[in-house]
Amino acid sequence: MTELTTFDKALLNLLQGNLPVCSRPFAELAAQLGTDEATVLTRLRWLKQAGYLRRIGTFFNSARLGYAGTLVALQVDEDHMQSVAEAVNQYVGATHNYEREGEYNLWFTLLTQTPEQERTILREVRALPGVHGMMNLKSRKKYKINVQFKLR
Amino acid sequence: MMQPGKKVSELDKNVIRALQGDFPLVEEPYKELAARAGVSEEVFLARVKEMTEQKMIRKMGAVLRHREVGFSANVLCAWAVPPERLDEVAKAMATSASVSHCYDRNVAPGWPYNLYTMIHAHSRAECEQIADCLGRENHVSRRVMLYSKKEWKKTSMQYFSE
Repeated sequence: MTELTTFDKALLNLLQGNLPVCSRPFAELAAQLGTDEATVLTRLRWLKQAGYLRRIGTFFNSARLGYAGTLVALQVDEDHMQSVAEAVNQYVGATHNYEREGEYNLWFTLLTQTPEQERTILREVRALPGVHGMMNLKSRKKYKINVQFKLR
Repeated sequence: MMQPGKKVSELDKNVIRALQGDFPLVEEPYKELAARAGVSEEVFLARVKEMTEQKMIRKMGAVLRHREVGFSANVLCAWAVPPERLDEVAKAMATSASVSHCYDRNVAPGWPYNLYTMIHAHSRAECEQIADCLGRENHVSRRVMLYSKKEWKKTSMQYFSE
């Protein structure tokens, strides 16, 4: 944390919001920050290498692309945790998979293109050895989807 | 009305696949992405702009490693909100700067929690304080704090990859 300069924080705060869609996006960011393109690129490469910047990414609206998402909670025997977690990880649509405290101890998000695909995956997961409970927690409304950290 | 999955053209699928890869840290990144998608930079930029207008793209930008930038603690906090107050409480909690995600979800037998907030802070104690505060402000006392013990997978979705 201490290694981040004031410039780094300003750059990351700006870049978290919106990457310009134009031929020279880093030149445009540089202009907004009062510096030049080369400085922005050098600093971004360093921030990525040092591990602060995971990636520059595009956030898609999965519903608009024809995908439906859900959150699945499992009750898994402790001694089967690894095998169940690894089996869940194999599904492309299982993007986040966390072991958590509590009676439901494995939670994953799942994106699928059809209800049939979702049903099949959930049936397969429920049948894994060591899984003795499952909840399919569908969302109707997303009030906020915004992983943005204001660096000071 | 959107026909799920039917409206995404082959061109857009190629653009989406290109954007899902690593974003090049070079002077003309879209030129490289366009080459991956097999189109000109002009076509690529035009599609990205239009897909943003059509809300297929929500946002483009930096994804930080929150632990490295100082947000070392987070918790998925699920709340049991009376159904008639769900919308109002969800809207209020969504305005908190400490909350990154706020979704309603269906309940299940023995599981009365219908609102999920992802809270980010600098310590577990601070997560508890923030949740206490959110609960007090919104008059919701029943909650469960789902702290993570292990991250088994965290990726971005690879759309149209199968």
